[in-house]
Parts: sequence; C-alpha cells; structure tokens
Amino acid sequence: MNTFFVSLLPVLLGLVLAPLLLGVIHRTKAVFAGRHGSPLLQAYSDLAKLLRKGAVYSRTTTWVFRAAPVIGLASVVSVMVLLPITGNSAPLSFVGDLIVFIYVLGLMRFFTVVAALDTGSSFEGMGASREVHFSALAEPAIVVGLVALASATGFLSLSGIFSAMSPTTWVVAGPALALVLAALFIVFLAENSRIPIDDPNTHLELTMIHEVMILDYSGPDLALVLYAAALKLWVLGALIVNVALSPLGLNGIRGVGLFVAGMLVLAVIVGCVESMMARSSFLKVPRLLVTAIALSGIAFMLIVRFTA
Amino acid sequence: MIHPLFLAHDGSSSLADIPKQRIPEFRQSILDAIRDGARLSALFGCPVNNALRLFAVLAHGDTGKLSVTSTEAVDSSYPALTPECPQAHLFEREIYEQWNVDPTGHPWLKPVRFERARAGGEGSRPIPVNEAAARREMTFFQVEGEEVHEVAVGPVHAGIIEPGHFRFQCHGETVLHLEISLGYQHRGIEKALVGGPSKRTFHYMETLAGDTTIGHATAYCHNVEALAGTSISARAQAIRGIALELERMANHIGDLGALAGDIGFLPTLSYCGRIRGDILNLTSLVCGNRFGRGLIRPGGVYFDIGSEMVETIRERLHSILQDAQSAVGLLWQSSSVLARFEGVGTLDAETAKSIGMVGVAARACGLRQDIRHDFPAGVYRVARIPMAARREGDVMARAMVRWLEMGHSAAFILDQLDVLPEGPVSGEVGMFPAASHLSVALVEGWRGEICHVAVTDATGRYQGYKVVDPSFHNWFGLALVLRTQQISDFPLCNKSFNLSYCGHDL
Repeated sequence: MNTFFVSLLPVLLGLVLAPLLLGVIHRTKAVFAGRHGSPLLQAYSDLAKLLRKGAVYSRTTTWVFRAAPVIGLASVVSVMVLLPITGNSAPLSFVGDLIVFIYVLGLMRFFTVVAALDTGSSFEGMGASREVHFSALAEPAIVVGLVALASATGFLSLSGIFSAMSPTTWVVAGPALALVLAALFIVFLAENSRIPIDDPNTHLELTMIHEVMILDYSGPDLALVLYAAALKLWVLGALIVNVALSPLGLNGIRGVGLFVAGMLVLAVIVGCVESMMARSSFLKVPRLLVTAIALSGIAFMLIVRFTA
Repeated sequence: MIHPLFLAHDGSSSLADIPKQRIPEFRQSILDAIRDGARLSALFGCPVNNALRLFAVLAHGDTGKLSVTSTEAVDSSYPALTPECPQAHLFEREIYEQWNVDPTGHPWLKPVRFERARAGGEGSRPIPVNEAAARREMTFFQVEGEEVHEVAVGPVHAGIIEPGHFRFQCHGETVLHLEISLGYQHRGIEKALVGGPSKRTFHYMETLAGDTTIGHATAYCHNVEALAGTSISARAQAIRGIALELERMANHIGDLGALAGDIGFLPTLSYCGRIRGDILNLTSLVCGNRFGRGLIRPGGVYFDIGSEMVETIRERLHSILQDAQSAVGLLWQSSSVLARFEGVGTLDAETAKSIGMVGVAARACGLRQDIRHDFPAGVYRVARIPMAARREGDVMARAMVRWLEMGHSAAFILDQLDVLPEGPVSGEVGMFPAASHLSVALVEGWRGEICHVAVTDATGRYQGYKVVDPSFHNWFGLALVLRTQQISDFPLCNKSFNLSYCGHDL
C-alpha cells in the first residue's frame, strides 16, 4: 500500500500543484510591472468558478467540439503517469514510453485543433493553422532532445532515463545535456503558448494561437481546457526540472521537495522572460523553434560521437 | 473665372463673399489647389437659403492660409473629384449619403455611417430616402481565389474598445486588402447642431470624441469667437494651450503604453497607464475633470491657474517626465520591441499626402504639417512649438513622433507656466454669432487636424456645422498600411494610429 501511494505521488503532486505555477508566473509579472497582482491561488478560484457555470455551444459545432476538452485532459493525465520525479520512478514505465509521452500530448493537440476547426470561425481556423505550423517545428526538437537523453543513459523509458542520470552523466555529457536543456526550454515556452511565441494574456483575437482556439469554450468545458493547459505546463516543465536537477543525484522525499522548488523557480523564470521581452513576430517564431531543433540535434550528435 | 476666397485671420467671412462657382470651375479650383500642395480640410454639403451648397475648405500649409469655395448642387449628381483627388473619397461618400447627391465616377460609393439622408431645410428640394445606399450597405471588396480567405472582426471586440467592423482579405497570414466599416457610434451630432447654438451645443462639442474634449471644445470656441468678433485674453489663451498640450501628453503616453501592451511588453504598459493617470490628474487639478470637461468656454476658460497651482503643476510635471523617460526608455532599449516596431506598417509620404493624412500619422511619414505651426491660433501665435517628424512611416516612427511630441508639449507647458500673462480668464461673448457667415477653425488635436466649419443663417443660427475629426482623414491610411502586412500585426498597426470611432461617426 505504502509503495503504491509513493508511486502515485508524482501524479497527485502535479494534479494539485499545476495551477499554482500559473499563479507564480502571474505574480512574477506583476512584481516586474509594479503591481500587486492577483492572488497566488487565483487559478484554482477560476477553475472552481467555471465548473459551477453552464456551458454554451455554438450550433455549428459537433461532438468533436464537446469531446476535445475531455480527451485533452485525459491525454495529459495519462502522460503524467509516465513522468518520474527527481530520482523517484513513475507509476508506469516501459521501454519506449517516451514516444508515448510525446504522441499522447500530440493527441491532445490534435483534438484541440480539430475542435477549433469544428467551430467554423475564421479566428479559430487561423489559430489552428498557427498551432499546427509551430508544433510541427517544436515536435522534432523535443523528440530529438529525448532521444539524446536516451542515448546518453542507455534507457528508452522516462523513468529509466532519469534514474540513470547521475553526476557522472553530467561529467561525461555535460555540454550536450545543457544543449538539451536549452532546447527543452524553448519547446516548453512554445507548447505552453508563452511569450515570445504566444501571449496568454492578450485579448487581440488576430494575434493569438492557443487562446483563440479555445475561444468558443465556456463553463466546465473551459475549466477542463484551462486545467489541462496547466497540467501540460507542469508536465513539460517537469522534464526540464528533472534534467536540471539530475547532477545533484537526489532521490526520495528530498528529491520531491527539491523538484517542487525547481518547478516554482521555473515558473519565476518564465515570469521574468515574459516581463523582459516582447513577443516576437509570427514570422520569426519558426527561427526560434528551428534553433531548438538544432540544439537538440547537436546534443544528440555529441552524445553519439563521444559517449555512446 | 471666380477664384476661391482666402479667409481673413480669424477664419470667418460673410457668406455673400464666398464664391459660388459652377461645378466644373469648383472642381477645377479644388484640383488646382491640391496640385499646388493644399489639403482638403473639409468638403461638405450645407443648405443655404433652401438650396444645397457644397463647400470646400482648402488648407494651404505653405502660406498658412485657408481658402473656401462653394458651388450650388442643382443637379442630383456631379462628376466626382475622387478619381483625380483621392483625399476627397470619404467626403464624397458622405455627401452622397447625407444629401443623395451622386458623385458620378466615384470608385467605391458606399455609405459612411448608415445615417438617413438629411432634409435640406424648409421648402427645399425633397431628398428621397437613399435606397441605393441602403442596398449597398454591406458590400465589401472581395478578393477571389481558392487560397484566399476572409476574416471579419467586430463590431463587437474582445477588448474594451469602440465598435468598428474590419474585413480582411487574406492569403494565409498575409493581408491583401482591408476594408473598414464604421458608423456604429453615429449619434447625429451634426444634425443636432443645426438651429443652434443652444444650451446643449457645447456639451455635444465636449463629447464628440471623449479623449479629445479640449481639442474639439477649443475649435468650437474659435468659431464662436470669430463669428462674434471677440477675442479672448492672453491668459485664457495660454490656459487653453496648456490644457491642449496636457491632453496631448496624456494620450500619447497612453498610446505608447498600449503599443507595448500589444506586443506583450508588460513593464512599459503598466507604468504608462499610471503616468497617463498622473497627467489626467493635472487637468483635473485645473478644472476638476480629468478629461477637461467644463474647462473651456466661449470667451475664455472657466478656471484660472493660480500661482500655487503653477508650482504644483511644475513639480508634478517634472516627476512625470522622469517616470516617462524610464518607462518609455525601456521600449527603445529592448531589441525584441524594436524588432516588432521597425519596418511594420509602413506608409510612404506620397501616399499619405494623396489621401490627405493628418497629425501624428502624417508626420511619421515625413509630411511636415502641424496646425500649431502652419495655421497658429491663440497662444501658438506667440509661442512656437517644435514639429516632431520622422521619415520611416512605420509603427516605430509613429511611436517616436508621439514620444518626441510629449517632450515638446511638456517643455511648452513649463514655458507657459513661467510667463503666464496677467488678466481675466473669461469675457463676454454674444449669445448669437454673426448672421449669414461662415467660419473655419483648425486646431491641432493630439491625433491631428480638427476642422470645424460653422455656417450661420440670416438670424445668426447654424444652418450647418461641419466637424472633421482627424480620424476621418486617417482611417483609410490604416487600411492601406495593412496591405501585405501580417494579419497578426493588425492590432499593433491599429494601435499605432489609435483613431477615434466616435469622432469619425459623429
């Protein structure tokens, strides 16, 4: 019983703490802007509020539109089951689960995009087109990045990779791992529609990506979409924190504690990035993502050439 | 051939002196003036003695003179000016909509505000309901092709802004054509002014465009004072100037913040919003209203600036300037901001001139025109203010012109506070203006040229009162700027113009 609970801990932690990251990002931005900012737990209140409301559906939408939020949330929760936390294995792990990890997240995106097209709105069509364009470039970056980690450690599952990563791995393949870290951070910003790729706070329909695709959702559906987005932020952030903390060689409860601290620091970093730079033009976003592909590609080559 | 009449210094003239040309001469004298570098400040229909007259007000920036000419619209159509003089296009659409006079050969004859045709006055030629206008009201220019898609934005927007409809013809993310359809804020102000001045007239002026209260109120006062033949005290003129520049500063800093907000650059956004509030509070300090309502009145101003207040304003203005410097300085220092501002939404000077652009947007393209400089009235006759201009014509240039003008305005206010003349701040103005006169007032509001034209009848009441907000000239500029731009840059381009919907819709 005890081990079962411990193995579920990473999942529970994510389910509970993910919306807090949004609060931390907002608070950081508020401090930069000289404002008090909304409460740290605002995202939880928003979700609770939305869950109590009714939903409105456009007459042009079909079951796809209603299914997408549920499929999205289900996808991201299933992915969390594969996710280890600093030195603690995930509840479920098998050879090749990193492929499942990436493509179940892809399923979530697929349904968000299809649901956006389902509304027939020209805005949502544009948002869907942008999402597909940019994620097509983000996907190779994360795939190659994870493959680089796999070849550095010799494991083909996330739990295996992160339990095998030790201070020695960093001694052997430090520069390559740093490049993977940088690539993962760019993908993290892109996938979670943060500045400089997207602006989660804008009200301008013509400039949005993710926000415009969910424009037609309301009430509980919107709550599911927002919660799933927070979980996705947690999941992709966890990859970065896991890689970043691996040289410390932690495990057990100390690993979990430091992991949570790492996630909060990551949120602060995102807040700083969003406060210090303007979002870039859509014409320049592909360059940033191609940079991420190049970074993980170089990391992979370094590892194959010098360590494997 | 009769030539257009150059107006006297106060901008008014007896109606009898204004030439009544035949249509071909009327057209020719406008085209000649435009060719010589003049701008069409206003072109409008107004019933005079029960017959519809078309008036044209031409601003000759190089000589600082205004000329007026008119023609009697005896037929229900005339050959349009627009094909040869693009800046007349919106004026002619307006004439078509309001008076059912058809400018034959106009390339895009659509209603401007969806208002009903006006009656020409008692006993005049009856004007039928404009059915052609009603039928065409929702026709938009369309680009055809399999890969072309259309995006419709508004009139209900996601943000708290005024209503307007924007129709984009796009190829992927690239805009091929933008058509802007306004009129949702039409309140019938010009119609309500006919028969005035009345108690409500001044209220209409102050609320024509809420963010340009001082500008429109000042223009109206210039007309009333010119028609009454009075002049106001030097102290009142100085206070009007200070109020106008405070309005300019508040709006410019607000716009710079909003530009930062559109590209998700938060620090400048938040600080500029606060600084804008500080500047509005200065106006409030003078007159008790942040937007300057109730400050300006025909004959002078209602509120004096005492010596203590001079000190307070001076102190606060210094700290405002410091804060603005650090907040806006961040914009110019961030490469990610410059990457979004530079080269986006460019307009060349030639196009800007041909479509008759005014104000900040025109100066950002390299057109050197500023009413305070070219047609100075009031305090600007004695106190000159430098003209801020750029050549690039992009978002960056429009932002930079705003920033430079803010500095100039602050320096101007500080100067005026130092040399504030002694004397009363208000005087008497006769209730009714001169009979059968026409008066033109130009004021450089913060967006650009505000043009008011008053036409009085034999009893001294308004037969017509034409208001041309700078937005009326500039909306088409925004539409042109968007061609070949990314559709995602529209909000940024739009904000860099920041035009008024209600000032256009009246």
